[in-house]
Amino acid sequence: MQTNVKHTKEPLITITSRGRDSMPMKKAWGVRAIAIILAFILCAVVIVMVTGYNPLKVYAELFKGSFGSSRKIWNMLQELSMLLCISLAVTPAFKMKFWNIGAEGQTLMGGLAAAACMIYFGEKLPPIVFFPLMLVACVVAGLVWGIVPAYFKAKFNTNETLFTLMMNYVAVQLTSFCIVFWENPKDSNTVGVINRATQSGWLPELFGQKYLLNILIVALITVGMYIYLKYSKHGYEISVVGESENTARYVGINVKKVILRTMAISGALCGIAGLLLVSGTDHTINRDIVGGMGFTAIMVSWLAKFNPVVMSLTSFLIVFLERGAGEIATKFQLNESMSDILTGIILFFIIGCEFFIQYKVNFRKKNKEENV
Amino acid sequence: MIATILNKAIAQGIPLLFGSTGEILTEKSGNLNLGIPGIMYMGGSCGIIGAYLYEQMVEVPNAFWGILIPLLASLIGSTLAALIYSFLTITLRANQNVTGLALTTFGVGFGDFFGGSITKIFANGGTLSVKTTADFFKTTLPFADDLGWFGEIFLSHGFLAYVAVIIALVAAWVLNHTRVGLHLRSVGENPATADAAGINVTKYKYLATCIGGAIAGLGGLFFVMDYTGGSWTSGGFGDRGWFAIALVIFALWKPNVGILGSFVFGGLYIAYTYIDGLSRSAVAIFNMLPYVVTIIVLILTSVRNKKENQPPASLGLPYFREER
Repeated sequence: MQTNVKHTKEPLITITSRGRDSMPMKKAWGVRAIAIILAFILCAVVIVMVTGYNPLKVYAELFKGSFGSSRKIWNMLQELSMLLCISLAVTPAFKMKFWNIGAEGQTLMGGLAAAACMIYFGEKLPPIVFFPLMLVACVVAGLVWGIVPAYFKAKFNTNETLFTLMMNYVAVQLTSFCIVFWENPKDSNTVGVINRATQSGWLPELFGQKYLLNILIVALITVGMYIYLKYSKHGYEISVVGESENTARYVGINVKKVILRTMAISGALCGIAGLLLVSGTDHTINRDIVGGMGFTAIMVSWLAKFNPVVMSLTSFLIVFLERGAGEIATKFQLNESMSDILTGIILFFIIGCEFFIQYKVNFRKKNKEENV
Repeated sequence: MIATILNKAIAQGIPLLFGSTGEILTEKSGNLNLGIPGIMYMGGSCGIIGAYLYEQMVEVPNAFWGILIPLLASLIGSTLAALIYSFLTITLRANQNVTGLALTTFGVGFGDFFGGSITKIFANGGTLSVKTTADFFKTTLPFADDLGWFGEIFLSHGFLAYVAVIIALVAAWVLNHTRVGLHLRSVGENPATADAAGINVTKYKYLATCIGGAIAGLGGLFFVMDYTGGSWTSGGFGDRGWFAIALVIFALWKPNVGILGSFVFGGLYIAYTYIDGLSRSAVAIFNMLPYVVTIIVLILTSVRNKKENQPPASLGLPYFREER
């Protein structure tokens, strides 16, 4: 086939979507594992460059941060369950492609409601009345914070990412406002431990473990969310709206209703996370009580591909890293922020590796006959 | 008194102005870079590290190198951060929100780590302070003191403040009156159409994000070198990065409106210190104002639905030729 047509140069790399014949599950997890290993190697390089310590020794410390003692294991499980709870909360909205980055504020509002209940009613009402009341208050507080942006998104297509982001800071200032009235002792600008003497309004200990109830509640929510997303009609509607709003409309799904309902669930779950945080863990309230978990949760949920069960693994990874890096920081007298750098590097690698799972990279083949 | 308040408001507003101008350029290319807070931290910390190393190297720092080295260090740091974001979101088509948040985690950690322990790495500890170099940044215009209130409000700032205003004006002009700006806007509105018209979408997205990041990083540099006078406190930059993103909305994606907006925001940031008899609870409500105002602006623009005041249509969405 001799022609005189000049071929334009084929590009060196072409990228095609894998589309339907997606990478098999095992291979995909292999790619992710490689990415995490590469990330750990890079982190080791960074640690050696900055500190000059033997990275293996540093990694041993990293492990100790989560598994060093039984107290540390419980603390790790507690942090894991809190992060997991907020991650579960943001998941339905994300699956719908509603970019709710306001989990921080929604959780804080839940915590604020819990603190208010504990302060005003904790010692007055019997537990059988008090706990349902607190639950309702927290759910409503988180729900309101979530549904307001959803309403404007559904009605006027207001950008939800920016709206929910701003709502976070409104919640933070509202907390500062409340702290002024609740501060204890006077003029300390902190609330202190609420009902320290009577422990009324605190979530009870189970089998002598103060965090066990928290952990069990979150485990229940995890299973519930898995079933909700996978087997319920709501879950199906969420994934259709997430794939394509037009398709959803075409098959007769009321998109606005789904948006409002899903964000209500998201916000309500964040409110429950706030309850667990205030009533079940810290027994106090301050501006930073959520501590950025609302943002981390987004990454946890996304890394797990919105699968609640996988999410327990990804949130473990994050908590493990943060605790480990904190341990390294104290042991080698480094600045605590080292953990953020390491977490950042690992996240970059995991985020980047998804590309190689979703797309196929084809290099230009050397084809001798083509050189006419 | 009023002159002092306005002066302080402008000084508070400048980091926000840098941040929002950078983010506007980025968003105009369709990239919602939530890594801006991290990038600003990186810009600030790289700048102060550059200044520190320079002060360690020479006996008597001179003004030329004392300004150039931190400036370059800051630009390199923030551009590299923006490059990570660009590579992940544009080339590897990762989710923009997740990548941005990861970058913020990384950048804030980077800033606080190196800002807090650079002296430990290179010497035997102590707090980081580069007052000599910072004074070069703070040098005001020579005739500022002779012009009364006008001088105090407008002329008594370090040179970076004027750079911020100039960059914002230039950015507004480029966006609205040049071919490059037209192309950039079309990439942000509808990348598929822009691609069909022969515009190199990838190139525009990369350049806008990296240049935007570099500009935002200067906000961090201004904060550490001019505003705090060459010292680093952990978390000292606060939530100014998110504030800058709020300002983008407030300014309706127009850099020239951002100039005025940044001064208004800066004023709101400090106004409570100048009102007598404000209780602490009132201060908390006062600090809520900028965010509430931003939310109201966001709602109003979407309700009125005027074409020229909308966010770029493809904001936050990835673009891949094959997926049309």
